[in-house]
Amino acid sequence: MADLRVNIGTLILKNPVMPASGCFAYEYEQALDLSRLGALVTKSVTPKSRIGNPVPRVCETPAGMLNSIGLPSHGQRYFLEEIAPHYSAVSAPLVASVSADTAEEFGMACEVFSAPGIAAIEANISCPNLEADGRAFAMSATDTHAALHAMKKRTRLPIWAKLTPNVTDIAEIARAAEDAGADALVVANTFLAMAIDPETRKPRLGNVMGGLSGPAVRPLIVRMVFQCHRAVKIPVIGCGGIVTAEDAVEHLLAGATAVQVGTASFLDPAAMVRIIEGLEAYCGRHGVARIAELIGAVSIDPGITDRWLRLAQQSG
Amino acid sequence: MKVESHSCEVLQHDWVNARYKYLRLRCPAPLARATVAGQFFQLACPHGETEQPFLRRPMSVYGIGPQDERIEFLYHVKGVGTRALERLRPGGTLEMFGPLGRGFRFSPQWQRILLVARGVGLATMAPLVPLAARAGVGITALLSARAPSDLMQEEFLRGAPAQVHAVYDSDGSSAVDRVEALLRDVLLRQRFDMVYTCGSNRLLFLMQKMQMRGEAALEQQMACAMGVCLSCVRLFNEGGEKVFRRVCCEGPVFPIATVSGEVQFG
Ligand SMILES: Cc1cc2nc3c(=O)[nH]c(=O)nc-3n(C[C@H](O)[C@H](O)[C@H](O)COP(=O)(O)OP(=O)(O)OC[C@H]3O[C@@H](n4cnc5c(N)ncnc54)[C@H](O)[C@@H]3O)c2cc1C
Ligand SMILES: Cc1cc2nc3c(=O)[nH]c(=O)nc-3n(C[C@H](O)[C@H](O)[C@H](O)COP(=O)(O)O)c2cc1C
Repeated sequence: MADLRVNIGTLILKNPVMPASGCFAYEYEQALDLSRLGALVTKSVTPKSRIGNPVPRVCETPAGMLNSIGLPSHGQRYFLEEIAPHYSAVSAPLVASVSADTAEEFGMACEVFSAPGIAAIEANISCPNLEADGRAFAMSATDTHAALHAMKKRTRLPIWAKLTPNVTDIAEIARAAEDAGADALVVANTFLAMAIDPETRKPRLGNVMGGLSGPAVRPLIVRMVFQCHRAVKIPVIGCGGIVTAEDAVEHLLAGATAVQVGTASFLDPAAMVRIIEGLEAYCGRHGVARIAELIGAVSIDPGITDRWLRLAQQSG
Repeated sequence: MKVESHSCEVLQHDWVNARYKYLRLRCPAPLARATVAGQFFQLACPHGETEQPFLRRPMSVYGIGPQDERIEFLYHVKGVGTRALERLRPGGTLEMFGPLGRGFRFSPQWQRILLVARGVGLATMAPLVPLAARAGVGITALLSARAPSDLMQEEFLRGAPAQVHAVYDSDGSSAVDRVEALLRDVLLRQRFDMVYTCGSNRLLFLMQKMQMRGEAALEQQMACAMGVCLSCVRLFNEGGEKVFRRVCCEGPVFPIATVSGEVQFG
């Protein structure tokens, strides 16, 4: 049996499969054994309570979906008292996702979450920065750096920076997060998108715009995982469009150390366990002893362009 | 595991009228024993050339049993997903997961229940009919439909004895004020231990206004159907406070008195 363990900094995961934030809660214990997962990642919690966006909050699109849930949250105290205890008997490490309105608030949120039972903090810096006109923190290298810096000052827990794909140059943002001390990157959140019903002329989401996720985004995200892996030394966690074990392998080959599964769980609540079993089978089939061997192992021929040009010249 | 994906065989799949279809499945597990009236499943509508429904479609169980692995649905062919679903033929396979949600309360000790349904809302309440009939609980039903051809009274009762009041859009008898008068009359003459409704916000709010105590099965656009994604919320009044509840797992059945506001799609 292959060794599925991977390291995210100091954290050792028994396998590289974990849920994506907002696509997991303890209700899934009705459908799978949570202890089998590499880690547990919670829905983003905000310091203040929020009610979330108007319905409809989801709609489907070709090979994917849009969501505009809008981070409804009962606040961090509620999380520590009412949510976190549900996971105390689960062997997988708990990663708490936080969202905040300002860099300083991100810092304070990390302090509050530096509590027993929380193994790492995922910083959802893809959310709007109120000090930058609502532009997402991770749309700017400076804001990314500032937010991560504020967080690292306030906690000893590992911080995973969750990037937004809505940028021109994701490698630049990845480097800014690494410079500010991020322990890992999660690549990435959803693509800002919109859908309109031609019959009613109305937007399909109550919030007009929302985030695109699911298989439709996988090639875009795989490319970003590849670019981030080349740009930084810290681990990259791939997140986007993973439905099968082969999809997860694709992320690993592009440079991901671990993967997160979001939308696929909505189609089959046991999807993550199916993916873990599929990874074991893949390793068996390909004689892979340690799954970590696959990280960044995409086989690219560096000389192909030269040979291609030479060939074109010869035949010309 | 309580919630699992099942690959089911289509045993029967027939039109009951121009818009509604009846689906009978053989499941690979004894789901009938694990499913209660008011619960639902998430159905994977098959992909065809023109339709590729991505999300699962929530459907209430319309019939449970009599064999342990038999589950039935009754649905309105309405949009992308149900049009794709409609094309499944006997012998074909349907993937689904469940059972999901909280069902209706029911006690065999009760004397009489009232069921108020609009359109295909009757599918959700249909499993209550054999429960009541077997326990000797009297059934009164108020069925509202566009026209007599859409009523599906036989599909609802399936031979069980009941007192039925049918109202239609086509003759104006389904207008809220006329239904109100009808309900007042029914309530004067009969006492109900429980009242259920499904399929119409208008009827639901009428019953709320008339202070009828009972349960309503609600709908909302959803994705995960297990309480995880927080997409299917509706607003409720609970003890003077307004709260959001997830239709999929805190419902779809809620006390009539607590439902607040009206949610429209798109
Ligand atoms: C708990 C529950 C039980 C249900 N039981 C039944 C039943 O027994 N029989 C039946 O005919 N219908 C039932 N419905 C409604 C049924 O789910 C929708 O009619 C169906 O999803 C429409 O899909 P579509 O692709 O054909 O329509 P479209 O309008 O093309 O659907 C587009 C999207 O909107 C969603 N949607 C559309 N209408 C509804 C709705 N009313 N409620 C929730 N989501 C909706 C769809 O799931 C899909 O994601 C139930 C809904 C819920 C929430
Ligand atoms: C319904 C829904 C809710 C989400 N909520 C959050 C959230 O609270 N915080 C966050 O960082 N990402 C959130 N996401 C984004 C996912 O974590 C993930 O980045 C994205 O869906 C891409 O992965 P996927 O294609 O596997 O779904 C949400 C996604 C969905 C579909």
